[in-house]
Amino acid sequence: MTTLILRRLILAIPTLFIVVSLTFLLMRWAPGNPFSNERKIPPEILAELEKQYDLNGTVTSQYLRYMGKLVHGDLSISTQYRNRTVNDILAQALPVSVLLGGLAYLLALLIGIPLGAYAAVRQDQKADRLAMLAALLGLSVPSFVLAPLLVMLFGVKLHWLPVAGWGSPDQIILPVFCLAIPFAAAIARLTRGSLLDVLNLDFIRTARAKGLPEDEVLYRHALKIAILPLISYSGPALAGILTGSLVIETLFDIPGIGRFFINSVLNRDPMMSAGVVLVFSAFLLFMNLVSDVLISLLDRRVKIE
Amino acid sequence: MKTFHLVLRALRQSRWLAFCACFVVFVVLLAIFGPHLTRYNYAAISDTSLQPPSFAHWFGTDLNGRDLLTRTLYGARMSLLVAALGTFVSLTVGVSYGMISGYAGGRVDSLMMRLVEILYSLPSLILVIILVATLEKPVTTVLQHLWLGSIPPRLVLLVVFIGLTEWLTMARIIRGQTLVLKEQAFIQASAALGQSHARLLFRHLLPNLSGIILVYLTLTIPAIMIDEAFLSFLGLGVQPPQASWGTLIADGAAAINPIQLYWWLLLFPGGMMTVTLLALNFLGDGLRDTLDPRGKK
Amino acid sequence: MNASPASRRRIPAAYILAAWLAGILALALAFFYFFGGWTLSEPADLTICNGDEPQTLDPAIITGQLEGRLALALFEGLTTRNAKGDIVPGMAESWQISPDGLTYTFHLRSDAKWSNGMPLTAYDFLNSWERTLNPATASQYAYQLYYLVNGEAYGTGKLKDFSQVGVKAPDARTLIVTLTHPTAFFLELTSFQTLCPVYLPGIEKYGNNWMKPPNLVSNGPYCLKVWRLNDYILLEANPYYWRKVAFQRIKVLPTSNATTCLNLFSSGKLDLILDKNSVPASLVDKLREKPYFHANPFGGTAFVRYNVKRKPFDDLRVRKALALAIDKEDIVRKITRAGEPVAETLVPPGNKDYIPPLGPKYNPEEARKLLAEAGYPGGKGFPNVQMLYAKRSTPEQVAIELQALWQQELGITSITLRGQEWKVYLNTQSLIDFDLCLSAWVGDYNDPQTFLDMFVTDGGNNLTGWSNPTYDHLLDQSQAIPDPAQRMKLLQEMETILVDQDMPIVPLYYYVGISLYRNEKVAGFEPNFVDDHRWGVLYPPEKKP
Repeated sequence: MTTLILRRLILAIPTLFIVVSLTFLLMRWAPGNPFSNERKIPPEILAELEKQYDLNGTVTSQYLRYMGKLVHGDLSISTQYRNRTVNDILAQALPVSVLLGGLAYLLALLIGIPLGAYAAVRQDQKADRLAMLAALLGLSVPSFVLAPLLVMLFGVKLHWLPVAGWGSPDQIILPVFCLAIPFAAAIARLTRGSLLDVLNLDFIRTARAKGLPEDEVLYRHALKIAILPLISYSGPALAGILTGSLVIETLFDIPGIGRFFINSVLNRDPMMSAGVVLVFSAFLLFMNLVSDVLISLLDRRVKIE
Repeated sequence: MKTFHLVLRALRQSRWLAFCACFVVFVVLLAIFGPHLTRYNYAAISDTSLQPPSFAHWFGTDLNGRDLLTRTLYGARMSLLVAALGTFVSLTVGVSYGMISGYAGGRVDSLMMRLVEILYSLPSLILVIILVATLEKPVTTVLQHLWLGSIPPRLVLLVVFIGLTEWLTMARIIRGQTLVLKEQAFIQASAALGQSHARLLFRHLLPNLSGIILVYLTLTIPAIMIDEAFLSFLGLGVQPPQASWGTLIADGAAAINPIQLYWWLLLFPGGMMTVTLLALNFLGDGLRDTLDPRGKK
Repeated sequence: MNASPASRRRIPAAYILAAWLAGILALALAFFYFFGGWTLSEPADLTICNGDEPQTLDPAIITGQLEGRLALALFEGLTTRNAKGDIVPGMAESWQISPDGLTYTFHLRSDAKWSNGMPLTAYDFLNSWERTLNPATASQYAYQLYYLVNGEAYGTGKLKDFSQVGVKAPDARTLIVTLTHPTAFFLELTSFQTLCPVYLPGIEKYGNNWMKPPNLVSNGPYCLKVWRLNDYILLEANPYYWRKVAFQRIKVLPTSNATTCLNLFSSGKLDLILDKNSVPASLVDKLREKPYFHANPFGGTAFVRYNVKRKPFDDLRVRKALALAIDKEDIVRKITRAGEPVAETLVPPGNKDYIPPLGPKYNPEEARKLLAEAGYPGGKGFPNVQMLYAKRSTPEQVAIELQALWQQELGITSITLRGQEWKVYLNTQSLIDFDLCLSAWVGDYNDPQTFLDMFVTDGGNNLTGWSNPTYDHLLDQSQAIPDPAQRMKLLQEMETILVDQDMPIVPLYYYVGISLYRNEKVAGFEPNFVDDHRWGVLYPPEKKP
């Protein structure tokens, strides 16, 4: 176990390093000056601007200076929001995205697990087929198709829910729901599949033969084991939620990290882009580690080499 | 070929599966020939902008007065093209990687899978966004040098980078299967006969992997389609006047307002995409049940 | 047999699981509510949509119009504008101009104060202008102070001694400004944010954090109370401002998506939409009939730039042909839809003393003839060229339409579109790396010079490669002439060269600003040439100040 954790952590550092470097260098190398403006900038002013942002000199020197600051936890300044450090911006935006993503994941579990379990128990009956069709539909409707449709219906036509924004409780409903649906669908299918697998295992049949009621068989023994694939799915699920939040935050005007990231790429803001990539990657690496550790804890039979 | 027969039998057994397969073929045909069959050109502007569906325009028109039906069909062409080519990239990389890793075994395999493990935990689409946004100019220059200037550089970027995001699962599965197949008698025998590695890989291993490749192919295609639409929605897709489903959906979503519901701008491209994805997913499920009953998702 | 405890009614564990997860959900919500990440928005008297998140609030370095609006709500210069857009006294209650037009003497009000109660003096202006001109500040609008004697020398770093620059503060309430040549619009410049004073002790104390609330000290109608990036800004009435403002709290939303703005407006969450980009162009027809729709033409022009150094646009006939083939009525009717007037000249109407030249008119027959003369009859053989435009909804639609129009009228099929994100587009345009470019310009002040001085030889904002020594000479002459009527005539000659004779650009249409607000809620908003609507003069109709 310790070897697993250590190995992952050691691998994480060069991975993050490469990813952040790639982002920074691409952003500086690509055409498009972050200081471009409608009025032509006199060269002295441009030089001064670059000096203020530590973006003067060759790209290599800029890169090295940035890395130097990064090691100390200083994510440098954003070229879009002058006088704001990236640390500042992330401190404001991160909780918003975590809230959105976290709630979406919980909702996905809330919908997906019962749905999948119900389908498994009623295997091959009408209920099963219907549930799985719903899940397939949930996987097939992209979030950027579902969200505008729901906004048209509930926001514009019926006026039940707000169209966009962040700050009042009713503004959370649609974004979280739209973000959660594809993952609820995947979780439902996963739950059904793994539950069916478990229910056919030997020791379950033994328990049934012993006369244990179906309830207890199912929910005491089977579910515990069936949850395992869900835990290993949480890694890709969170990665997907992270990416999905980019579109949801853009559609609903939510001030989360995703929005800032898109703007930073389009506006060629190297520090902001690199900062966000760092946070996203670190978070994902961490969550994958957590889920692998959990699995190895919960099922002592599963070996992770 | 065993796979082919299995597939045909599955299609014969389930009406729905056969229907989906036909539907997908139908969409592909529409994508290839459709834009030429309508009266309108996909880029032709007119004065009748933002008209709801009518006899003249079955799907209505957009802001520039272009016929939405033609544009949706053209969008199908773009989206399916990216999906097909991207899947090809994904397939090539994934299968080769997985086969080599599984075949080599030992430390090489261990190392290669570690790389996959790392890549798996990266927010790949995020990196793709950065790559597509920043590499457009160099790709344009390269294409011009290669006398391929008429190919849209965005298309190349999308195909390559989205393809490179989705090969990981394929690689993992192929490697697993290769490990199993490697131990089988006929492979051992061929190796003993002194056949070259390349021959073993391509003549013996690959055909036996075809079933599983087909299954994951049908899973990769919709994934790539969604990725492309996602990027197009964020503004990184093909340039106007070209269109893909993603750009059309983005236009439709951008048109939502409280005064007038331009519902056709969103419903038709979005609906077509959803239905196509549904058919592909259903087909993928069915194929998986037939060809790989162990691996359920 | 075993007495099965199952004879008790069991709650299916699915429900237990669901309840458990729901509990976690509720807990998570509560957690985030109390620990940030989800803050309930504060209420306000007036909610304005400003179009995007401001990059900065430092008036010395602001370049964008939306940042300017915020800065002018927080800060005030020597002069300011009233609701009609006229220049009226601001921090300076009166001034005198010398007969030769070179010396301005400003007298500051006695009750001029900062929002922390400290008195505002002429030294504040002196030091703030020094800061703006100082190359270390990297202000892109510093050139507005180049009209001062030695302003340019100090701004480019050639002069190190600021006391030689043409601005002096003989005492705490007087500011004397000396210009290099008579500048008719100087009082407009003093109302602009670049020439506003900033509270230097605050900058010294807080460094880079001086703009964050509550550190920001301002002298204008409002103070900064809350600034959450991409979320909202809250302004509160400045108790030390010399006038009473009607709206006590203003919330500013950075919503950039036009349809979202409209949706928020119609659900009552937004009271005022200022920026035309925040109104969906496709709906303008329908919105025009609504009582909350207000159109305000202002001094901005959309035009096409040619790169006259690249074939085929080095040939005047080709430039003229493409210009005459554009049916501009089509564009304003179908694409922009806000009732924009078609533009045959660059300088928009609005200055009563200036008479523009006639400009070329739509003439497809003539266009085809010219194209054939140039060697491309029916568009055959026309080289592959690219039209650059910024990837925003209106320019994109216009570009698509232009491409189609040129194909329709002239048979040219080899024009491709090249859309780029805003910053990338600006960069490409500034490098003149295009064949054609869809551009625009909004005047900084109400005088034709702000449009015409762009196109001098090697001008930083020329960006066409065009050069005409007569044009340059006329500009120099116009700056030396004291008689306004004569000056206007020279400017008219310049514009004739630009749009009639040499045609390095093709004007398309003049900007019409659109604002949405309900007349029962907001008043004090009137159209003006510079599209400068100060928030401090807005009031609810029942509370006219």
